[in-house]
Amino acid sequence: MWQIFHKLGSPKWFYGIASRLMPWLLWVGVALFIAGVIWGLAFAPPERLQGNSYRIIYIHVPAAFLAQSVYVMMAVAAVVTLVWRMKLADVFVKSVAPIGALLTFLALFTGAVWGKPTWGTWWVWDARLTSMLILMLLYAGAIALGRAIQDEKSSARAVAVLVLVGVVNIPIIQYSVEWWNTLHQPSTFKLTEKPKMASEMWVPLLMAILGLYMLFGWLACLRMQTEVLVREGRTRWVKELIQQGGTR
Amino acid sequence: MHPIRKKRLTIVLFLVVGVSVAVALTTYALRQNINLFYDPSQIAAGEAPVDVRIRAGGMVEEDSVIRDPESLMVEFKVTDFSSSVLVEYTGILPDLFAEGQGVVAMGRLNGQGRFVADQVLAKHDENYMPPEVNEALEKAANKRASESGGQLETSAGY
Amino acid sequence: MAFDSLEAFITMGGHGPYVWSCYFVFFALSLVLIQWSRVHRRFVLRTLARGYAEPDTAGTSRASADFARVDTSDH
Repeated sequence: MWQIFHKLGSPKWFYGIASRLMPWLLWVGVALFIAGVIWGLAFAPPERLQGNSYRIIYIHVPAAFLAQSVYVMMAVAAVVTLVWRMKLADVFVKSVAPIGALLTFLALFTGAVWGKPTWGTWWVWDARLTSMLILMLLYAGAIALGRAIQDEKSSARAVAVLVLVGVVNIPIIQYSVEWWNTLHQPSTFKLTEKPKMASEMWVPLLMAILGLYMLFGWLACLRMQTEVLVREGRTRWVKELIQQGGTR
Repeated sequence: MHPIRKKRLTIVLFLVVGVSVAVALTTYALRQNINLFYDPSQIAAGEAPVDVRIRAGGMVEEDSVIRDPESLMVEFKVTDFSSSVLVEYTGILPDLFAEGQGVVAMGRLNGQGRFVADQVLAKHDENYMPPEVNEALEKAANKRASESGGQLETSAGY
Repeated sequence: MAFDSLEAFITMGGHGPYVWSCYFVFFALSLVLIQWSRVHRRFVLRTLARGYAEPDTAGTSRASADFARVDTSDH
């Protein structure tokens, strides 16, 4: 079992697997996401109270959902970095942090624009919105710290510790709407309950979430491959790969 | 697993547990400040300060909204189904404001227990329904309520 | 179709500006990040290929050490 685990850490092995996965992730992801968004924008019925402004949900929820799960994945990779010193885990953290930061920003932005007509305000310092803002600062901190430290190993460890410490924010985001009084409504989707949403509304939403997940996977692979090339530029397998034109 | 890795894993676990405990204690200590608003029960119990800018939130009570025909002044009761507080507000209300909907009002509590708001925000719930489905659901709920009224008596007798 | 006409779809019952600005920003920024990542990848590949093509890169030359350290700091 540990052998598979260590094989996973081999950059060369990763590069090959990623190359094979990427076309699937990209095209299935694009198809699902675009279909979900078009369904949500044009075909899903309007909401009984909000009318059409609720259609922002088809990008707001996927972005917010991904923003949190990307952070959880980064935290897992941070444990692997700290305990097993696996370089690929650090490659993952560094490559994915900007994607997570962008998704968090988009969740906040779309939430603000949605809040204006619905709640009557762009922003309010409630627990959900504030903890989401902290998530964006954590992403920004991880990016800045990773760049500030030149030495590869110290940079990997410092970023891993920061990411790991920040992971306490994730349950706070998730449960803020239940633990405290917030303006943001409680979760529509819970694992144990039926969604509090009509099915012709949540089916496209689920498609958009799955599609965005796959697109994230694609972009993560692309960025990780680049980072692997930079770090392994002097090895023979990278040289052969590039000279044989195997990077297209 | 290699003993060194085991040790590192232990340190990592201690780090996460330690930080979680610290954050949990802090948020517990600050819980009143983390709450965005006071609910009517807290106001009725005198937990909310008088004449300080605070937020009050809850459900707009059915049949409690009184609009002043001359001006934009509105008066309504906000309830959490155990107590309610009277709110007065002058200004434009958000689209989603309606009886039976959640609101968060910002303003001051005056000496007479009236809440004078200068901003009213609508709170949306977690249910998303198309208009027709909602009507159908309400109809079904009313029907069930009237039927179960009769059933209740029999079950009470039994 | 939840809308009667194209115009109704664009205006979204008065919520059009909110909905469309969200979608615009979402797609614009996502595409910027994707394009940035692809340009960076191409840049790295070109730099590496140029490094290998140099005649004295075989063995333990300084040139190959240099291009591996090339500044690729846009993530």
